[in-house]
Amino acid sequence: MRSKLVATLAGVSTLALYSSMAVGSKYNFPEPQSIIARETYDMHIWIMWICLAIFIGVFGVMFYSILKHRKSVGYKAANFHHSTTVEIIWTVIPCIILVVMALPATKTVISMKDTSSPDMTIKATGYQWMWGYDYLQGEGEGISFYSKLSTPRAQYENKEPKGENYLLEVDNRVVVPVGKKVRVIITANDVLHAWWVPALGVKQDAIPGFIRDSWFTADAPGIYRGQCAELCGKDHGFMPIVVEVMNADDYSKWVAAQLSASAVKTSMHIENK
Amino acid sequence: MAAVHGDVHGHEHDDHHPSGIMRWVKTTNHKDIGTMYLWFSFAMFMVGGFLAMGIRAELYQPGIQILQPELFNQFTTLHGLIMVFGAIMPAFVGFANWQVPMMIGAPDMAFARMNNWSFWLLPVAATMLVGSFFVPGGAAAGGWTFYPPLSTQGGLGVDLMIFSVHVLGASSIMGSINIITTILNMRAPGMTMMKMPMFVWTWLITAYLLVLVMPVLAGVVTMLLTDRHFGTSFFNAAGGGDPVLFQHIFWFFGHPEVYIMILPAFGIVSEIIPTFSRKPLFGYSSMVYATASIAILSCIVWAHHMFTAGMPTVGQLFFMYATMLIAVPTGVKVFNWTATMWRGSMTFETPMLFAIGFIFLFVIGGFSGVICAIVPIDIQVQDTYYVIAHFHYVLVSGALFALFAGVYYWIPKWTGHMYSETLGKWHFWLSMFFFNATFFVQHFLGLAGMPRRIPDYNLQFADFNMISSLGAFGFGLTQLLFLYLVIDCIRNGEKAPQSPWDGATTLEWTHLPSPAPYHSFETPPIVK
Repeated sequence: MRSKLVATLAGVSTLALYSSMAVGSKYNFPEPQSIIARETYDMHIWIMWICLAIFIGVFGVMFYSILKHRKSVGYKAANFHHSTTVEIIWTVIPCIILVVMALPATKTVISMKDTSSPDMTIKATGYQWMWGYDYLQGEGEGISFYSKLSTPRAQYENKEPKGENYLLEVDNRVVVPVGKKVRVIITANDVLHAWWVPALGVKQDAIPGFIRDSWFTADAPGIYRGQCAELCGKDHGFMPIVVEVMNADDYSKWVAAQLSASAVKTSMHIENK
Repeated sequence: MAAVHGDVHGHEHDDHHPSGIMRWVKTTNHKDIGTMYLWFSFAMFMVGGFLAMGIRAELYQPGIQILQPELFNQFTTLHGLIMVFGAIMPAFVGFANWQVPMMIGAPDMAFARMNNWSFWLLPVAATMLVGSFFVPGGAAAGGWTFYPPLSTQGGLGVDLMIFSVHVLGASSIMGSINIITTILNMRAPGMTMMKMPMFVWTWLITAYLLVLVMPVLAGVVTMLLTDRHFGTSFFNAAGGGDPVLFQHIFWFFGHPEVYIMILPAFGIVSEIIPTFSRKPLFGYSSMVYATASIAILSCIVWAHHMFTAGMPTVGQLFFMYATMLIAVPTGVKVFNWTATMWRGSMTFETPMLFAIGFIFLFVIGGFSGVICAIVPIDIQVQDTYYVIAHFHYVLVSGALFALFAGVYYWIPKWTGHMYSETLGKWHFWLSMFFFNATFFVQHFLGLAGMPRRIPDYNLQFADFNMISSLGAFGFGLTQLLFLYLVIDCIRNGEKAPQSPWDGATTLEWTHLPSPAPYHSFETPPIVK
């Protein structure tokens, strides 16, 4: 009896250790940086625990049966084949569990969809194979640039050592201020793409000829990286998205620099005419 | 050439059929056709597996080593198409061909000649699909879901794929009409609907799903074809169309399709678990109702594949709730299997091992399915390796493991020989180990943010990708062991008794010798 108890305890603790490793390591969702990402992260952990409980329940029974109810230990088969009560119970209980799961999810879905009254609006356009950004409204209005992979070709052809942000670095980052509600309008120019920044909890397909939108409010300054998430042809794996979140002052400086640079460009353009 | 009258009975019932290659070309016998379906699907499984090995070899390390991105996309696309349409679906039709007539006490399928035609369409379609690698521009590279506008960009390979899907669809529709007609009209006297074996029930429901959705697939690929070549704009925004329309139509086919690939697997497992537990299936009628509810629900959940495509809040909520509901009948099935095993007298021959492995891993796939149903989480994991892990848990350790279980279970009846139990167990344990090595780690890759369908990745994903690739190579090699085992069984297996499984109760075990005679049940048995 005692050895069995020890074995069970060891098994359970290994399982718990393993799951806590999975939860805590870089192999879970990235550290959430917006309210939506936070809610999603917590919901996922919570549902994982429910699943684990059900898993242990169902397979506990099944493996007990596998160990005990086998012919080789001389167990004789019973002959029952249905029980309406039991069947109703195990239909109703999953329904209740699902309702419990669905409630917080519904709340998050509704807030994800609420793109109203943003502090600023940025349009992201997917191209084969880069992103274009236009600041449409709010501080920085009028800024416009393309954002391409900056990892040198030699790195993915294995001719140079790969850097830390291999395939997740771009020439021009999307810069946004911290704590402001940013609405992202997403579209594409040629085929489907998807604008995805995991830490900010945003993923939205970019559809040529149509406009979709999403939003985020970044909690903290930092650099958040994502990738195109809809197969868009040959270089689908080579069009990352990098969002740099700055505090208000730095953001204002960045906007001023961008606008004066583009003013220089425009005036040069006029002079050349 | 021998005169072929194999299908004209009446005067004698011996094994009177042409020999050599013409036996197979002209056969109308459900057992011959079933055998051809099974060998065909195994061949396609090898081709699709080869492509998978290519994918995993490229992903073994960061950087581009073996496959250039364009070819990589062709590999992923064709891997998906071949495994779904060439390997898993025909394998289940092969099972239906062999087993449905024997399990309901019928002499053959209802439309024996059409049966021949529905099989022989498959090699044609497969040739087009595999051959498309060698046309200018290469094979289709837009993913197995071939979303436009990307699929409108491709070359001749995409057209070949479209025709191939047409032909495969025609074959599936004929096959399923045949199965429906056989089941509804040719059951032995006394076998009422609610006395049919579960495998027959699940196939009946699957066949209805096929008849419902294959025309939709044919329609959507035709629309794509006319967009590509005849100036229509169904999916082209510049001409007033909508790329998302394609996704809606495709997934209206695509979601029932995943149940088409899993319901017969449920059927096989529902035959095996009672046999080796020596105890009747628990909750037979609730199993039937659960299967039917899964089939009905599967038709109203398609947009859960499109949560990131953008849809109204109410739409997202509706599809989330409907999708979560599927967990209920699926849960009922798992509980019923567990209750069938409970207080049984179990033995663990290879079919039982694969059936238990199926339940164990399918439930993990079911859990990740519920997690994917939750919209906010799905939006994060959609198009990542998490989804890859999820559907390989339900398709490989789900559908494929059930197919293996079924082969081990019925091969004594098919060949008259026993397989090697030792090799069978090796096959199971190696498959189990390598499958999990390949796909379990992909959950973490997806959560951490690795998109699917990319040929290269950031260094943070390197270690798990390497584990996954090693697992995949192991899994691939293990399947060669299965091939050897089957050939060894046919050639050298020891003679099988009428029923090697003492818990088996269906007609093929109780009424027919092993191997089952070429023509069986010409006089229907009476079912009490």
